[in-house]
Amino acid sequence: MADLTTTFIGIKSPNPFWLASAPPTDKKVNVERAFAAGWGGVVWKTLGSEGPPVVNVNGPRYGAIWGADRRLLGLNNIELITDRPLEVNLREIKEVKRKWRDRAMIISLMVPCDEESWKDILHRIADTEADGVELNFGCPHGMAERGMGSAVGQVPEYIEMVTRWVKQHSRMPCIVKLTPNIADIRKPAEAAKRGGADAVSLINTINSITSVDLDDFAPEPTIDGKGTHGGYCGPAVKPIALNMVAEIARSAETRGLPISGIGGVTTWKDAAEFMALGAGNVQVCTAAMTYGFKIVQEMISGLSDYMDRKGFTSTADLVGRAVPNVTDWQYLNLNYVTKAQINQDDCIKCGRCYAACEDTSHQAIAMSADRTFTVKDEECVACNLCVNVCPVENCITMVELPKGAVDPRTGAKVGDYANWTTHPNNPSVAAE
Amino acid sequence: MAGVLRDCAPLYATGRGVKSIHSFCRFFGQDHLFPPAAEIYHLIKKLTRGSLLVSQPTHAEMEGSLSNSPLTPGIVANRLSAADYSRNFTDHEAPLDAHEARVAADRCYFCHDAPCITACPTDIDIPLFIRQIATGTPDAAAKTIFAQNIMGGMCARVCPTETLCEEACVREMAEGKPVEIGRLQRFATDTLMAKGVHPFTRGAPTGKKVAVVGAGPAGLSCAHRLAMHGHDVVVFDARPKAGGLNEYGIATYKAVGDFAQAEVDWLLKIGGIMIEHGKALGRDFTLADLQSGYDAVFLGMGLAGVNALRAGGEDKAGVRDAVDFIADLRQAGDRSAVPIGRDVVVIGGGMTAVDAAVQSRLLGAENVTIVYRRGQEKMSASGYEQEHATSAGVRIVTHAAPVAVHGNGAVTEVEFGYMADGPSGLVATGETFRLKADQVFKAIGQTLQGAPEGLTLEGGKIAVTGAGRTSVKGVWAGGDCATGGDDLTVTAVAEGRDAAMDIHAGLMA
Ligand SMILES: Cc1cc2nc3c(=O)[nH]c(=O)nc-3n(C[C@H](O)[C@H](O)[C@H](O)COP(=O)(O)OP(=O)(O)OC[C@H]3O[C@@H](n4cnc5c(N)ncnc54)[C@H](O)[C@@H]3O)c2cc1C
Ligand SMILES: Cc1cc2nc3c(=O)[nH]c(=O)nc-3n(C[C@H](O)[C@H](O)[C@H](O)COP(=O)(O)O)c2cc1C
Ligand code: SF4
Repeated sequence: MADLTTTFIGIKSPNPFWLASAPPTDKKVNVERAFAAGWGGVVWKTLGSEGPPVVNVNGPRYGAIWGADRRLLGLNNIELITDRPLEVNLREIKEVKRKWRDRAMIISLMVPCDEESWKDILHRIADTEADGVELNFGCPHGMAERGMGSAVGQVPEYIEMVTRWVKQHSRMPCIVKLTPNIADIRKPAEAAKRGGADAVSLINTINSITSVDLDDFAPEPTIDGKGTHGGYCGPAVKPIALNMVAEIARSAETRGLPISGIGGVTTWKDAAEFMALGAGNVQVCTAAMTYGFKIVQEMISGLSDYMDRKGFTSTADLVGRAVPNVTDWQYLNLNYVTKAQINQDDCIKCGRCYAACEDTSHQAIAMSADRTFTVKDEECVACNLCVNVCPVENCITMVELPKGAVDPRTGAKVGDYANWTTHPNNPSVAAE
Repeated sequence: MAGVLRDCAPLYATGRGVKSIHSFCRFFGQDHLFPPAAEIYHLIKKLTRGSLLVSQPTHAEMEGSLSNSPLTPGIVANRLSAADYSRNFTDHEAPLDAHEARVAADRCYFCHDAPCITACPTDIDIPLFIRQIATGTPDAAAKTIFAQNIMGGMCARVCPTETLCEEACVREMAEGKPVEIGRLQRFATDTLMAKGVHPFTRGAPTGKKVAVVGAGPAGLSCAHRLAMHGHDVVVFDARPKAGGLNEYGIATYKAVGDFAQAEVDWLLKIGGIMIEHGKALGRDFTLADLQSGYDAVFLGMGLAGVNALRAGGEDKAGVRDAVDFIADLRQAGDRSAVPIGRDVVVIGGGMTAVDAAVQSRLLGAENVTIVYRRGQEKMSASGYEQEHATSAGVRIVTHAAPVAVHGNGAVTEVEFGYMADGPSGLVATGETFRLKADQVFKAIGQTLQGAPEGLTLEGGKIAVTGAGRTSVKGVWAGGDCATGGDDLTVTAVAEGRDAAMDIHAGLMA
C-alpha cells in the first residue's frame, strides 16, 4: 500500500484528504469523528470577528440537484460562517489539535476588510497550535453583502492587501481561498501570490439557484415564501473547479504556487485528477455531507491502489503530472484522426448512439433491421458524442487512424502534427 | 420458440466460444433464425444461466444415440447429453461482468452503520467494498472483503444471502430488490484471485505452534489468521483433500470447477501453514498429543456423523446418506458417470436435502421428491432454496415421516405416515402412502463424531464460550462442531477467525 503522507506548504498530514471549511468542520464533535474515520486534516469552519456571532436562517439551508436513483449531484447552500462564539471555537480547535497531532488543522477566517480586524483575529488564534490559516474570500452569499467573502475575492487588489496584512501579523502558513464567481481565476491567484500567500485553495461555492417552487413561485430553499441565491457545490461543480485549478497551475505568473483543490471531490479518482492538474492536496465537503465521513476510506484505498499500479511512491509523484498536457485549443493536433468503433459483443442495442448521431451530429451511424449499429467511417467526424451517451462503458471507443492512412471522410492522408496556427483556413495565417 | 431452442442447443454446444449474438447468428446463418435474434440470445442466456460456453458434444450425442435417458429404470449413469450435463453443472448464478458489476454497485446507498454489515457473520464492510467496485478498484474491494473473511470467494458463492446481508439491505425493504451483494463480492474476489495475488503478508515469526483439527472453513480461517500473526500452524484432516464441506459438500453448481481447491491453495500462500492429510483425531493421534506438542489447539472438525432414519428396511440397496452422494458427485470428474435413480426420494428439510434433490434432477432423474416431516415453514432450507428446488422440478411433500423402506433387496418404494402438529410435538395421523423409489437419500442431519473425551458437550456439540473457548484450557473449537451460530460456511469462517484472535492474544500475553 502506497504511502499517502503529504506535505503541503510545510504542513504534514497522513493523507492528502482534508475536509473543507463547512459544517463538517464546525465543531469538535464533527472533527473528531472525521479524524477517527481517517481524514488527513481539516479546515475549520470559517471564524468571524470577536463579538456576537452571525445568525443563520432557521428554515432550510440547502437546495439540491439529483441524478438517477436520487443520487445527489449538486448542493446549494445559504449558510453563513460559523454561528458559534469565537472563544468556543478557539478552545475546541486547540483541544482537537492537541489530541490529533498528526492531522492538519487549518483555521478559516473571514473578518471585515480592515487591518485592525485582521490583526485582532490573528492575535486571538495565535495560541491554538493550528498549522495554518485559510482566508475565506469565497462565500458568495450573506457575507458578500457585508463586504466580506466573495466581495473581497472578486477584487484582486483587496486580496493582495489582506493577504499582505495576514503575512505581516502572523507567522502561520497562509492559504487564500478563491471564489469561482469571477471571469478569470488567474487574476485573484496572482494577487494572492503578490500578497505573499503560501498557497491558494479553490473553488468555493458558485452563485446559484437550484430550483423554483412552482406552486409558491419562489426559489428553493424557500424561507417563508422567499428564496435567495446560494453557493453551489458537489459533483456537478468538479469540471469548473478542475479547469480553474489547471489555469492557475499552468499560468506563467502563478506556476509553482501550491494549490489545494476543492470542488466535487467524491472518490479517489476525483482527488487524483485534481492532483494531476497541480493540486498538492484536496478538500472535500459535499461528499462527506452526502455519505458520511467513512467515504475517506475509499479515497485512501483507491488512491493508494492507483499509486501502486503506477509505481508512484509519494503523492508528489502525481502532483502536476497532467499540467504540461493542458494546452490551448490552437495547439491541438488537427492531424490526429480517430473513428468511433462499436464493440458488437458489448452493445445492448439501445440505439442511443444512433439517435444522438443521426439527430444531432453527423449521420455517421448505420442501423440495420435487426438493430445492429455500425459506424460509417466516411461520415464520422470523431466527435465522440456516441461514446458519451452510450450506457455501457467502453462499448464505443475512439480508434486512432495510423499516420499515412487515408481518412475515408476527407480522402486525405493522416499527416504529421499540425495545428490551427499554421492551418490554411486560419485568416491570420493567410494574412501573413 | 422453445422448440427452436432445443433444436439449436446441440449446434450451439459445439464449443466454438460463441459469445455474442453476432457470432451466434453468423454461426447459424442469420436466415435460419426465425424469432428475433436478440430474443434467442437472451433466452439461451437464461436457460444456460448466463454461461454461453458449453462443452463439445460426445460422439454418441452427435449420432443422436444416448445410452440412457431419464426414463431408464434403476440407478444408472449417462441419462443426459453432454451438453445437458455441462449446462446443468455450470454456475447456478453466472458471475457479473464488469458492466453488470458497475450497474449493480451503483445501487448501493452507502448506508450508515449499514444493516448488511450487521447481518454478515464475518462483518464485511459491504458498503465500502461496493464503493470500491464502483470507483474501479476491485482489488481494493477484495482486500476489504478478505480482511474480514479469507473465504470471501467461497462465501460469495454459497452464502444464503437472501437470509443474511441481502435480506437486510435497505433496498430489499424499499423495492424488494436488494443490492446484489453476493454477486458483487464474487466479482471483487474473483478479480483479485485470478491474478494469483495474496493480499496479506505473514507477521514476524513468534515461535509459537498451534494445532488445528479439520481443514474446513473453520479450521482454515483460524489457521490463516494465526499465520498472519506469525504463528506456525499444522492442520490435521482426516480426508485426502482440504476444504471440508467446501470440497465435499457444497452443491456443484455453487462452486464450479476446481474453485474449492484453488481457494485453499491461494489461502495457503500466506505461508506458515502445513496441512497433514489423512490424519484423524482419535484414530491417528489424541487431543493429549496435541496439547503436549503445541501451544494451543483449535478443533474445527465439523459434523462427520449422520443421523439414522429409524425406519424399517433402511439398509436396503439404493438407500444412502445424502452427504455421501453429494461428496461422490463433487469428486466425480465426469458428471455423466455418476449414476442416479429414475425415481429419487430425499428425506429431510435442510440445505442438504435441497442440494441432493436438485442435483438428482440435474443428473437426469425423472421424479425427485423431498419429503419432510413438518410444515414447509419449518424447513431449514430457506424459501429461496425451496423455490430453487421446485423450479428445478423437485416436488416437496410435507408433514410426512418415513415408516418403512420396501423392496426385495433393493428399494422400490418408501412408505410414509402423515404427521400433524400436536400440542406436544408431531403425532402420526395413522394414514400412510407410498412413493415409488429406486434411490433414497437420507438428509436428516449431521452429527458430531469423534469428539475427544473430556470436553463438555451441549446439544450434541462442543460447548464453547466467548471466542470459541472450550471447557478445556488451551483448546478452542468453532464451526459446525461447536455450539453457537448457524451451520454455515460463513459462520465457520467467522468463528475460526475469532478463535484465532483469542488464541493469539493468549499466546502473546
Ligand atoms: C450438503 C451440504 C450443503 C451445504 N451447503 C451450504 C451452502 O450452500 N451454504 C452454506 O453457507 N453452508 C452450506 N453448508 C454448511 C457448511 O458447509 C458448513 O457449515 C461448513 O462447511 C462448516 O465448516 P467446518 O469447518 O465447521 O466443518 P467442515 O466443512 O465439515 O470441515 C470439517 C473438516 O474436519 C475434518 N474432520 C472431521 N473429523 C475429523 C477428525 N476426527 N480428525 C481430523 N479431521 C477431521 C473433515 O474431514 C473436514 O475436512 C452445507 C452443508 C452440507 C452438508
Ligand atoms: C453548507 C456549506 C457551508 C459552507 N461554509 C463554508 C465556510 O464557512 N467557509 C468556506 O470557506 N467555505 C464554505 N463552504 C464551501 C466549501 O468549503 C467548499 O469550498 C465547497 O463546498 C466546494 O467543495 P465540495 O464540492 O466538496 O462541497 C461551505 C459549503 C457548504 C455546502
Ligand atoms: S439534518 Fe435534519 S435533523 Fe439534522 S439538523 Fe438538519 S434538518 Fe434537523
